[in-house]
Amino acid sequence: MIRFDKVSKIYSDDSAALDGVSLTIKPREFVSIVGHSGAGKTTLLKMILAEERPTSGSVMFESTDIHKLKRHKLHQYRRKLGAIFQDFRLLTNKTAFENIAFAMEMAGRSDDEISADVPYVLEMVDLGNKMWNFPHELSGGEKQRVAIARAIVNQPDIIIADEPTGNLDPVNTFEIIQILKKIHDLGTTVILTTHNKGVIDSLGKRVITMEKGRIIRDDPTGKYVL
Amino acid sequence: MLWTSIKRVIKAGFVNFYRDGFVSLASVLIMTMTLFVIGGVLFLSATLSASLEEIKSKVDVNVYFQTSTSEEEVLALANALRTLPEVKEVDYISREQALGNFKKRHENDELTLQALQELPDNPLGSVLNIRAKEPSQYEGIASFLKGDIALGGGKKPIIDEVNYYDNKVAIDNLSNIIKATERIGSILALVLVIISISIALNTIRLAIYISREEISVMRLVGASNTYIRGPFVVSGVLYGVSAALLTLALFYPLTYYLGDSTENFFSGLNLFRYYLAHFGEFSLVIAGSGIVLGALSSFLAVRRYLNV
Repeated sequence: MIRFDKVSKIYSDDSAALDGVSLTIKPREFVSIVGHSGAGKTTLLKMILAEERPTSGSVMFESTDIHKLKRHKLHQYRRKLGAIFQDFRLLTNKTAFENIAFAMEMAGRSDDEISADVPYVLEMVDLGNKMWNFPHELSGGEKQRVAIARAIVNQPDIIIADEPTGNLDPVNTFEIIQILKKIHDLGTTVILTTHNKGVIDSLGKRVITMEKGRIIRDDPTGKYVL
Repeated sequence: MLWTSIKRVIKAGFVNFYRDGFVSLASVLIMTMTLFVIGGVLFLSATLSASLEEIKSKVDVNVYFQTSTSEEEVLALANALRTLPEVKEVDYISREQALGNFKKRHENDELTLQALQELPDNPLGSVLNIRAKEPSQYEGIASFLKGDIALGGGKKPIIDEVNYYDNKVAIDNLSNIIKATERIGSILALVLVIISISIALNTIRLAIYISREEISVMRLVGASNTYIRGPFVVSGVLYGVSAALLTLALFYPLTYYLGDSTENFFSGLNLFRYYLAHFGEFSLVIAGSGIVLGALSSFLAVRRYLNV
């Protein structure tokens, strides 16, 4: 589904964020990427989101090279992805409902679908009673659940979660991971980066370990080893 | 589908305008100042051109004829003058009228009136008052009078005196002053307008700079450029419309207050009446500039942040 072919990313000061990374992610996989800060995890995800371009090599989504997509076509590709970030990245001047409705509007869904599906996904992440709250009125865990609801509402092919639990306490961390597992069980590919050893060990799924921009280990049922 | 998108973009523009209330207020106030300057420049140019028009109309050239000149000859010359493109109007004052005017002017001056009565005949010749369209054109008219007909084709000259040559310096100065005033006025207006437009542009850029994070989030959620840009442009139009309404409302009490004093000071142009009479054009220019300025600057400002 996603294939990295000798991808390197070199920033202006000659430091390589990614150094010849090759990697394949199959449909319906749950892949965790671990590594110290600066190991290149986030850069890797940014490549998939087409936020960054590789200095050399290519990133394929199914049969398209995503960095050869025209800028005005990019948003169509991004609608196939659902992204979750450590800093939530909600639209601050929109309510929880509107944040999710916005993603649906972008996908060209009708008003009827929006008024039916948004409450449904918010119930799914247990936020049915906070639908009309603005992000600044929600706790960290609640914000992240809104972000997840937004990521899944358009039934994307892949969920990309960049340290989604980085700002959360253990209870919220556990809940977020449970939601991600549920999404995976429903048939969505999940790519997760994290620093949390407990999370990785409890998942028992494929683990890719990165160091200094290279993949140093790729275990099908890995543990957090650094 | 297209209609749904348009509806959503417009709604989002209104919602953002309302929710980012403080930013909107700042943008509207700055833009009001810009539109105020544009409106002020319109008033200024109206006042200036009315005053200059007034001054121009006070300048004329008088042709004094010999007392022996017949009325037919004078009227023939007046008709010849009317055919000249530079001439705006020609007034004929007969000998009798000239005498009447003279008597009236000296009605408190017994001595002069007595002296006048001693004379056997009306000593005054008839007069033509000539107004040119532009002060600079008097020279041409004067040389026309001097050259062609005035010499009477070798016969006895019919013109006694043309007072252009006495007033030449004053007329030349005046036409220079008018030209300079017009030039300086328009340069000043242009500079003011450019400065205030660039301030408004930058304010809107700042307002959108605040939203740059949001724009990148929208991109990641899969929003197309049009969909991101649309609401900002709608908000920009709303800034323009609100600022235009505010400006037009501000001019009402301001011109009312200034109306009488401008009427006395500048040649009978009452700014308040002028404002009411030209309200249609005025609101069109002000609202038009506001909308174009708001929409265009939003459109351009968002572009910077769309490259995610």
